[in-house]
Amino acid sequence: MSKLMEWVDARIPVSDMIKSQATEYPTPKNLNYWWNFGSLALFILIVMIVTGLFLAMHYKPDADTAFDIVEHIMRDVNYGWLLRYLHANGATFFFIVIYVHILRGMYYGSYRAPREILWWIGIIIFLMMMGTGFLGYVLPWGQMSYWGAAVITNLMTAIPLIGEDLVIWIWGGFSVGDATLNRFFVLHFLLPLVIFALVIVHMWALHAVHSNNPDGIDIVDEAKDTLPFHPYFTIKDLYGIGVLLIIYCWFVFFAPNAFLEPDNYIPANPMQTPAHIVPEWYFLPFYAILRSIDFLGAFSKLAGVIAMIGAICILFILPFLDRSPVRSFRYRPMSKSLFWIFVVNSIMLGWVGYNPADATTFGGALPLIILGRTGTAIYFGYFVMLWVITALKIEKPLPVPKSL
Amino acid sequence: MVIEAEENRRDFLILATGAVGAAGTAAACWPFVRSWSPTADVLAQATTEVDVSAIAEGQMITVPWQGKPVFILHRNKEQIEMARQADSASLPDPAVDKDRVKNPEYLVLLALCTHLGCVPQPIGTGDFGGFLCPCHGSHYDTSGRIRQGPAPRNLEVPFYVFKDDSTVIIGKPV
Repeated sequence: MSKLMEWVDARIPVSDMIKSQATEYPTPKNLNYWWNFGSLALFILIVMIVTGLFLAMHYKPDADTAFDIVEHIMRDVNYGWLLRYLHANGATFFFIVIYVHILRGMYYGSYRAPREILWWIGIIIFLMMMGTGFLGYVLPWGQMSYWGAAVITNLMTAIPLIGEDLVIWIWGGFSVGDATLNRFFVLHFLLPLVIFALVIVHMWALHAVHSNNPDGIDIVDEAKDTLPFHPYFTIKDLYGIGVLLIIYCWFVFFAPNAFLEPDNYIPANPMQTPAHIVPEWYFLPFYAILRSIDFLGAFSKLAGVIAMIGAICILFILPFLDRSPVRSFRYRPMSKSLFWIFVVNSIMLGWVGYNPADATTFGGALPLIILGRTGTAIYFGYFVMLWVITALKIEKPLPVPKSL
Repeated sequence: MVIEAEENRRDFLILATGAVGAAGTAAACWPFVRSWSPTADVLAQATTEVDVSAIAEGQMITVPWQGKPVFILHRNKEQIEMARQADSASLPDPAVDKDRVKNPEYLVLLALCTHLGCVPQPIGTGDFGGFLCPCHGSHYDTSGRIRQGPAPRNLEVPFYVFKDDSTVIIGKPV
């Protein structure tokens, strides 16, 4: 065996690579459980690719039969129900894990120098995930699939001059139809492979600058501050995967439709819009932001779309908005408060997005649209305030430890 | 040794080669881009013929045209009157009712909300006697004009002709 490895290593240095990048890769010794979510995301990505690949062996992207094919997978294909429920719920858990992963980065300042490019690759992966999730949701060709696709593709008509022609080009027709379904299936197949390639780049960038840590300080002495990745973090990551699998499988086996909309079990009907279109839960905060801009008359639509896209793209400039000398919010009391306001506000926006546009709360006293507008202001306010309190040195960071 | 004339010559050649290569690559992309546009058979289904004589006054039907829903409303006196009275009102997207119909009794509308393309609900569901889009709460009146809500424009009136008194052809033949 070792003879064989020597032969291989002389030609391609596999052992060196495994040692320096995996088993003996120096990892900060103080990583907490929030650092598990990167490996969890990779795990779910692999589950999604494998289940998706096997689903694709039975699925046919034809507007006349797609709905029935999904039921065929559920009823006739051996373990087809398991593949589909693992895939559908996998999307939900992928987004849960990714949201925690992103918020972890925001809390501990993992986006700060020298990790800006690592952070940007992550945002690009997140954007592609949202695209892939949207495309995949269209494939069962139920009412929510169809009308979700109609509403989202219609967002493009907000683009001045070319919008109307662009959306016909995307559809390959005058409405969402067979041509649209076919190309969406191909793109839903292609994008995860692109995501996988980007994940490799993400890890390359990570290994070039190394992991941040809860204290947000640089490693001073590798021997004292770090542990080899194996066995210390392989076992910790495996433990995390175990916990995730318990929760994930509970949903797959006991509440597989908890995150799905009943209306999507009605075949797509281009002549009738469901009374209440809701996107998948992981788009809800952004959907609420889109809907909250309704007070600009003819510019509302374009402004809403810009606000929604801006809500994600503002993450790209986060490394430059945060001017604090300290990375981790552990030692930044004001940033910490802003962060938790941001988190609670995002959940509130999700709830607003889930409800109909004209809904009210507190017994009709408070229209949700007001909450939506306020929430949108707070969402963007987080980024403005973070700049204000750090650039103008309003926040006085607590003393940071000298080493891990 | 650097000969300046040679250097300039090389720069020019690199630039020219690059430009030709970029233009060629862009041109080669075009067929791929164009392959996404509606196909010939999709374009061939351009018109729909509808018999409107069976629609009762004040009632409407929904017919498919190019895969999209079209509302045909047989307007009664009251609905016509409501539409005309609103002509003078300050509208988000000003339009006069008589410009939106060929025969005032029949209102033909592309039933896709100009906000994000949902199908509005039938006549009488919205304020102003017209159509309500359930997705984001846009109200259209009995002429299909936007009166309230996030939609930027009036419901579109598709191209149509009356073949005879009771038959409407929606769409232009390709």
